[in-house]
Amino acid sequence: MSTSPRRPVFLNLVQIRLPIAGVVSIAHRITGVLLVVCTPLLIHWLARSLSGPEGFEAVRVELAGPFAGILELLGLWVLLHHLLAGIRFLLIDVEIGVDKPVYRYSAFAVLIAAPLLALLLLGALS
Amino acid sequence: MTRGAGGLRAWVLQRISALYLGLFVLYLLAHLLWDRPGDFEHWRDWVADPAVGIALMLFFVALLVHAWVGVRDLLMDYVRATAARVGLLTLLGIGLVACGLWALEVLLMARMG
Repeated sequence: MSTSPRRPVFLNLVQIRLPIAGVVSIAHRITGVLLVVCTPLLIHWLARSLSGPEGFEAVRVELAGPFAGILELLGLWVLLHHLLAGIRFLLIDVEIGVDKPVYRYSAFAVLIAAPLLALLLLGALS
Repeated sequence: MTRGAGGLRAWVLQRISALYLGLFVLYLLAHLLWDRPGDFEHWRDWVADPAVGIALMLFFVALLVHAWVGVRDLLMDYVRATAARVGLLTLLGIGLVACGLWALEVLLMARMG
């Protein structure tokens, strides 16, 4: 465990080339934290929408606002990335898609599919 | 230090809760896509339905377990100072339990309302 004082340290975030599976993994962590932070907001909406007809209408109007759409798109993207990357990790746990080409293609697919599905879902839901 | 949710048990809890959360989110999205409650009465009736109510409570339990293990793993990776780690874990625990109680209250009120 002795660390040489001259070991190379390379932390330039702009120049680090992370493998694509690494990007998915880090994003899984970041989206996980974002989802935890958003949980109180979710319960707040649930509480207000169930408080009575006025609360329900107020939440509906809030969610239909022009600015809300962008946040909903980002929220769906975060949720879908975490969900899809999570499914990928569960499959890798049971040794599906462990080998090189599939491992990289599935990471790529998660990165692409999450924002596309978020757009589609937002369109279908609003 | 990590009794209760350490090592293998945390790993298993994370995956079991993940399965439930994933399935429930898919069910919720399908419900919102094809059978969306258009007014307050339909929405409340859906939440007050015993099966949905139990599924929702399980959802919040799974969410809190999943969040606890996930954020705990992050803190163990990135926060090295013991005092800071224990402090943040305590805050996280209090916050998650508070969220759980709040959600429970909301769901019970919906059933009684």
